[in-house]
Amino acid sequence: MSLARRIIPCLDVDGDRVVKGVNFVALRDAGDPAQLAARYNTEGADELVVLDIAASRDQRPTFLETIRRVAAELAIPLTAGGGIRAVEDARCVLRAGADKITLNTAAVARPELISEASLEFGAQAVVLAIDVKRVAGQWVVMVRGGREPANRDAIAWAKEGVTLGAGEILVTSMDRDGTKSGFDAELTAAMSSVVSVPVIASGGAKLPAHFAEIFTAGHADAALAASIFHDQIQPIRELKAYLSALGIPVRLPC
Amino acid sequence: MKITLLDYGAGNVASVERALQRLGAESQRATTPECIAKAEALLLPGVGHFETLMRALDDRKLRTPLLDAVGRAVPFLGICLGLQALYAVSDEAPDLTGLQLLPGCVRSLPSVVKLPHMGWNRLLMKKKSVLLDGVASDAYFYFAHSYAVIDQREETVAVCSYGTEFVAVLEKENICAVQFHPEKSGEAGAQVLRNFLRLCA
Repeated sequence: MSLARRIIPCLDVDGDRVVKGVNFVALRDAGDPAQLAARYNTEGADELVVLDIAASRDQRPTFLETIRRVAAELAIPLTAGGGIRAVEDARCVLRAGADKITLNTAAVARPELISEASLEFGAQAVVLAIDVKRVAGQWVVMVRGGREPANRDAIAWAKEGVTLGAGEILVTSMDRDGTKSGFDAELTAAMSSVVSVPVIASGGAKLPAHFAEIFTAGHADAALAASIFHDQIQPIRELKAYLSALGIPVRLPC
Repeated sequence: MKITLLDYGAGNVASVERALQRLGAESQRATTPECIAKAEALLLPGVGHFETLMRALDDRKLRTPLLDAVGRAVPFLGICLGLQALYAVSDEAPDLTGLQLLPGCVRSLPSVVKLPHMGWNRLLMKKKSVLLDGVASDAYFYFAHSYAVIDQREETVAVCSYGTEFVAVLEKENICAVQFHPEKSGEAGAQVLRNFLRLCA
């Protein structure tokens, strides 16, 4: 018996629509979040992530309503984040139907937020999302939707986040995001080897071989992708059959 | 029969509610001792910290009515932390006393594996089980926890292996509990809930 590697579609949401960009810019409409959620639930996704990419205060009620609509379609776990700045923000998102929250920019600004959320909701509900860019041979944490460097080393930040109470790390390679050239296995493996919690790899997926690589060489516990699932380039069922044939443990949908 | 969901302010009551709804079952949330006293079937959902759960039960004076209900053979299902609450003590909050309905204690999973134990895992069936009736032996269930009951006793009907074997499903008279989240475990989870509903009917 062993823990299945997870396949996680991600919905980047702006208000009530799913959008998708390349390298965090050039956004385009990619569908209705609840419809996509229902499809992924049936196709064998292991979990779903919904991120509020606008993350503005005035859009908040729309995003919470989106979480409610998405959660209603799911019999699998739901992680939601984007713009969570305080424990109360997290509570609203969890109350709306998410099982876990992601913390990103606000946790970099005030790391105690991780401890506060972890104490309140449990480590299993707190995912630390880290956007990473390679600058001069170093993995640098980026914040504000990947627009600004945070003067922090990504690997050190992951370790600190876990010490503070994060139950999972979601690492996004901004160099790979949207490029379809494969996950950053080197970055993911480096992170996975220093933290004691599961690591979700994100950014750059296209081919089934990319997923196989991130689960083997990259030591990822889960792999996240967006457009290849939204655009039906890569059906989840086929992806899992491929991974299973390679001996990678996955939950095959019935 | 209506399922009474213990709503103690924490835990993901809403997703359990939705899962029951999908199966056509009626449910209501209970936040007061009176609601529990009238319950015909009880479900204790739980995510988070053992201390939060036990304190919330005591602050709301729900402990005694809950024990009374189980004592008068009301069908009970504990989920995740709702399983751990059945024991006397947990490593997660050693100073607090659990419901003491079952002998044994809740331990931290060994740190030789990544914790929390988060994701989909399979079970090893130990006994004929009501809850697992009609569930494929290789079915996956969704787990999200760092603590578990390691000691297997007569009520243990299935275990899961992650760092060590731990109790995944237990059944003792009217008491049922699962360490995984059936409300988040797709069709296999729905079958477990269906089996509990049949037990309540």
